[in-house]
Amino acid sequence: MTTVDRTMPEPVVAPSSAQQEPFLVVEDLTVQFPTHDGLVQAVTDLSYAVELGETLGIVGESGSGKSVSSMAVLGLHDAKRSRLEGSIRVAGQEIIGASKSTLRRLRGNDVAMIFQDPLTALHPFFTVGNQIVEAYRLHNQVSKKAAWNRAIEMLDLVGIPEPQRRVNDYLHQFSGGMRQRAMIAMALVNNPKLLIADEPTTALDVTVQAQILDLVQTMQKEFGSAVIIITHDLGVIAELADDVLVMYAGRAVEHGPTKEVLTHPEMPYTWGLLGSVADVVSDTSKPLIPIPGTPPSLLNPPSGCPFHPRCTYQDHVEGSRCVSELPLLRPGPRGESHLKRCHIKDPETLYQEELKEEIMG
Amino acid sequence: MIGYILRRLVSAVLVVIATSMIVFLLFTLGPSDPAQRLCSADRCTEERRALIHQSLGLDKPVVEQYLTWAKGVFVGRDVSYGPGFSVDCPAPCLGISYINKEPVFPTLMERFPATISIALGGFMYLIVGVIIGVLAARRRGTSTDRGLVASTLIISAIPYYLVALLAYLYLVLKWGIFSETSYVPLTEDPIGWAGALALPWLVLTVYFCVTYARFSRGSMIESLSEDYVRTARAMGVSESKVVAKHALRAAVVPVITIFGIDFATLLAGTVFTEAIFGINGIGRTALASITQGDLPIISATVLIGSVFIVIANLLVDIIYSFLDPRVRLS
Repeated sequence: MTTVDRTMPEPVVAPSSAQQEPFLVVEDLTVQFPTHDGLVQAVTDLSYAVELGETLGIVGESGSGKSVSSMAVLGLHDAKRSRLEGSIRVAGQEIIGASKSTLRRLRGNDVAMIFQDPLTALHPFFTVGNQIVEAYRLHNQVSKKAAWNRAIEMLDLVGIPEPQRRVNDYLHQFSGGMRQRAMIAMALVNNPKLLIADEPTTALDVTVQAQILDLVQTMQKEFGSAVIIITHDLGVIAELADDVLVMYAGRAVEHGPTKEVLTHPEMPYTWGLLGSVADVVSDTSKPLIPIPGTPPSLLNPPSGCPFHPRCTYQDHVEGSRCVSELPLLRPGPRGESHLKRCHIKDPETLYQEELKEEIMG
Repeated sequence: MIGYILRRLVSAVLVVIATSMIVFLLFTLGPSDPAQRLCSADRCTEERRALIHQSLGLDKPVVEQYLTWAKGVFVGRDVSYGPGFSVDCPAPCLGISYINKEPVFPTLMERFPATISIALGGFMYLIVGVIIGVLAARRRGTSTDRGLVASTLIISAIPYYLVALLAYLYLVLKWGIFSETSYVPLTEDPIGWAGALALPWLVLTVYFCVTYARFSRGSMIESLSEDYVRTARAMGVSESKVVAKHALRAAVVPVITIFGIDFATLLAGTVFTEAIFGINGIGRTALASITQGDLPIISATVLIGSVFIVIANLLVDIIYSFLDPRVRLS
């Protein structure tokens, strides 16, 4: 692997404001899509922050608002078909309502995204090199030749063999793992300060998954960038993320340092996620505990706590508060950094004494 | 890549041979007796008709007749219709006309430039149609878009000849916006050529661009929702370039496929356009031959038309493999 060219132009956003607050700040983000059937409440009152050099893992089922919220960070939602409220600041630059040219300068340059399933996310009719060159030249005034050299360098960096030759290949000539590597090469070509990886390993087999995750981690160390990794795989979270944000029905339901949340989960949905992970090393006989029911409709979210129709722990809460009252995202008994959205008074005791055995095996 | 083209070429040749057989069979098995047609009406005796029949080789098996005809296509032949009556028909010989007793192929070639000139209008409706389609796809759901879809439905409900006739009636005869000019070859008078073709081109464009607009609209809406278009946006590509480069590149592929066949049909003879605007091309010649029962011209037109369609298919396949790199492997 070659070293990365560090003589990049300065990012367009002013670095001064970045010192006062984390590189990415999302505050009370609400994303809604008006449709013929009604208003889809994809994301509601979501807040989080990511510092440079840190990794935030966002976890949740399909339709929980993971991708929608991160696409909002790039301003990718069509203003005509969506309603955005709240604030998203990248290095102090407000994204919601930002002009097209501001967004364009930011996209792929300060903030880049790795998409799930590179076979559809990259263009089938242009060569891989062509697409990386285009991404590079959008933000750097360099000659075509220099850009091609840069593309070859990037492919080499992400571990594609014979990059000089493969740079002229089309996507269908790449294997699944190489496609994802190419996608990462394209995302990293402009040394982004924030990298959003949207289920980067979902379409890949497990051995390649590990390589890709390794690559993302190496790249993060090399570039010192902030990373958001979106996944429904808690194993990926445990491996990569410093902080974890659990989302359900468009809301954050648990948020805190990864180790803390995975060892002392305080919300029944997180318990459910942990119970659904297969343990192939220590105890293969451990039964998986699926979460009953299906994710709620975002057109008509349930009353009270959005998780209550699937929650089996409502008897630990007095009265019918779960049905009638939306719990707030508040620090639990283990300190300020660990937030949970649940009415249960002492989830820690409940988990450690009654559930841990069953869930962790 | 070369192997791909070669395979296509071989199958194209086979299709042309098969078509020529079918056309020949229809010609021989048809109700019209060539000997009767070639025998002058007033002085035709049964004896004379039989003589012509024999010298044309019509008494021989169909296979032999076909082989004689096929040989003539490549090396030419003398078509004899009775003792003392023989026409030299050089290669490619597609038979002689019953009416003026001249070889068919040179006659059709003479008419061909006019038809090609009209067919150039095809590119106009392709370009105009794709542009409108792309704009409509960008404004999907708005009144502009709905207006376009509605107008395509209305226009495709009206027969083409009616539109062409009305255009001629109003724009030429009644309002005199276009003058009543006749076709002149491009090489003789470029301005006169364009002037004579302006109205046919306009009518073709207005009538057919809506089909292409709707087709490219659908194709474009589909490609605008592709993941790779979202990736392009996420990399900071400007919206106009996302549309013109990333989305359009994928959207034109099916449009080009349809256009290839459509353009070949135009080349094979624009019967209505030529007849209504008085342009002496292949289509008008074929039309006149039908009323005169001049079978060799009709079958030659059909054959040439099928060759055009086969060539167009071949070209579309080759262009397709350039547009879509995934095709090259198969």
